[in-house]
Amino acid sequence: MAALPTRQEVEDLLYREAALLDEWRLEDWLEMLTDDAVYQVPPTDTPEGDARNSLFLIADDAVRIRSRVKQLLGRFAWAENPHSRTRRMIANVRVLGADGDDVLVTANFAVHRMRYESVDTYIGRYDYKLARVGKDLKIRERRATLDNEALRPHGKISFIL
Amino acid sequence: MEKASNYIIDDQEAGLFRVNRRVFTDPECLQEERKRIFSHCWIYAGHESEVPHAGDYQSRTVAGHPIILVRGDDSVVRVLLNTCTHRGAMVCRQKRGSAKTFQCPYHSWTYNSRGQLIGVPGEDSYSTAFSRDEMALASPAQVDNYRGFVFVCFDPEAQGLHDYLAGAREYLDLVADQSELGMRIVPGQQSYSARANWKLLVENSYDGYHGLSTHQRYFGFLGDVGIDMRAQDAAIRSHQKVVNLGNGHAVIEYQVPWGRPIADWVPSFGEHRKAHFQELRRRFDERFGKERAWRICETSRNLGIFPNLVINDIMAVTIRTFYPVAPDYMEINAWALAPLDESADNSALRLDNFLTFLGPGGFATPDDVEMLESCQRGFLNREVGWSDISRGMKREHPSLTDELQMRTFWRRWNQLMTEPKVRRARKAA
Repeated sequence: MAALPTRQEVEDLLYREAALLDEWRLEDWLEMLTDDAVYQVPPTDTPEGDARNSLFLIADDAVRIRSRVKQLLGRFAWAENPHSRTRRMIANVRVLGADGDDVLVTANFAVHRMRYESVDTYIGRYDYKLARVGKDLKIRERRATLDNEALRPHGKISFIL
Repeated sequence: MEKASNYIIDDQEAGLFRVNRRVFTDPECLQEERKRIFSHCWIYAGHESEVPHAGDYQSRTVAGHPIILVRGDDSVVRVLLNTCTHRGAMVCRQKRGSAKTFQCPYHSWTYNSRGQLIGVPGEDSYSTAFSRDEMALASPAQVDNYRGFVFVCFDPEAQGLHDYLAGAREYLDLVADQSELGMRIVPGQQSYSARANWKLLVENSYDGYHGLSTHQRYFGFLGDVGIDMRAQDAAIRSHQKVVNLGNGHAVIEYQVPWGRPIADWVPSFGEHRKAHFQELRRRFDERFGKERAWRICETSRNLGIFPNLVINDIMAVTIRTFYPVAPDYMEINAWALAPLDESADNSALRLDNFLTFLGPGGFATPDDVEMLESCQRGFLNREVGWSDISRGMKREHPSLTDELQMRTFWRRWNQLMTEPKVRRARKAA
């Protein structure tokens, strides 16, 4: 097993990801993912659930993530056309350990979405599984668990949380 | 003009139907709706599968009322109003769980799982007029269950649930019959909202006209995963109907090319699942005969039960209910419904299918919410006073992309909002 990355190395990755997402550079963001990446947002009342037996808000496999990005960059994802402004605050980053060759990381987030002069804040915790691919760390799993008890008044998760 | 009110214009001769946009923005109109609609109609409260064992409960808000859906120690599913009869505090403070009793934390009054008052500290301080029976937890005036769907009604004189549901029962049966053991709510509630009037979501939930335009991205996704949309056109043409089910309920029924987890296999589900689907289908044929089995398995339905329940039996089954907090803001709750006896693999497929389209993170629902919110902002232009819901009005057999289903809702809504309040007087006489 390779040595765990430092917190700074992981923070660099998370901050870069946050910047790419806030700047809507979603094609570049896809480059940060492994080919088998998954992206999940569990339901607010079942935060520890498993997407195979609980109704999630988002449970994308790699095909769906790519389709989601393609849609978001196209004309017809009306919920994000025009694009929302988002601003992500990532904090409390911790490298928790290893799962085989992958690295387990957690961090807190506050993601603000500005749209039609409303500000909605998504608050929660990221759980990442990062993979070593050559010299790089890539994202194999990305789970955003909301602390918000409901998507109210947010209404939707139409961008990449 | 055959019928007109401050709210709608229903000109059947000319074939024009208009809705006054004031009904989406006016706080007084919402006050009237609370009195005439939400306090009078049957409102969906939950599914009996959510409280499978004695003592199981769910606490939630139904039509603005904090309630407890609970299965008593006598196995009866009840709906109790979540307020201590003493001074008002909520006696159930968890979202869900299992309990023998509900104890109010304020003064420790204790109720059993049937809602009976069983403990009052210092009861000897009360006079002989004090009665535990009288102080049991209250219930809505009527509570009833149709095939597992539990409804409440706050009007003691309203017609019973069976008659209220009218033609919608046939369509609830098509959902309930999908399992030999019964249906269950899958864990995980989608709790979201829209900055829009609640009636816009009623319209949207069975609007066949908006699909190709609002949901173009979804059809793009289907193309990406190899589902041929030309087949969709042919399928829709081959079977579609729009039905007024009475009492304001309406449904659209049609065929789709994207497969259903109830025994309608498509290649994107994978060859390894084909045999299992064929076996499921054979079983449906045995139970119901080929024609009904075909209808259960291969046709999709968007069902609107007046006023605020939607059951869409499409790429998965969703139950969706919503309630206006303000004229321009509603809270929405949605669940997935699945057969109790479904295999773990099919259940996972069902949930995966659900999320492609449905829910606040799906590839369609966020765009619906966006459109409703966009309409609500558009209504700020008060100079444009009316919305048009006339499509297909002069057709003998309205199509999926017509608007009969919405007119069905609006006619009932208008009737309840405008009829003179004579019912009680008549009963008293």
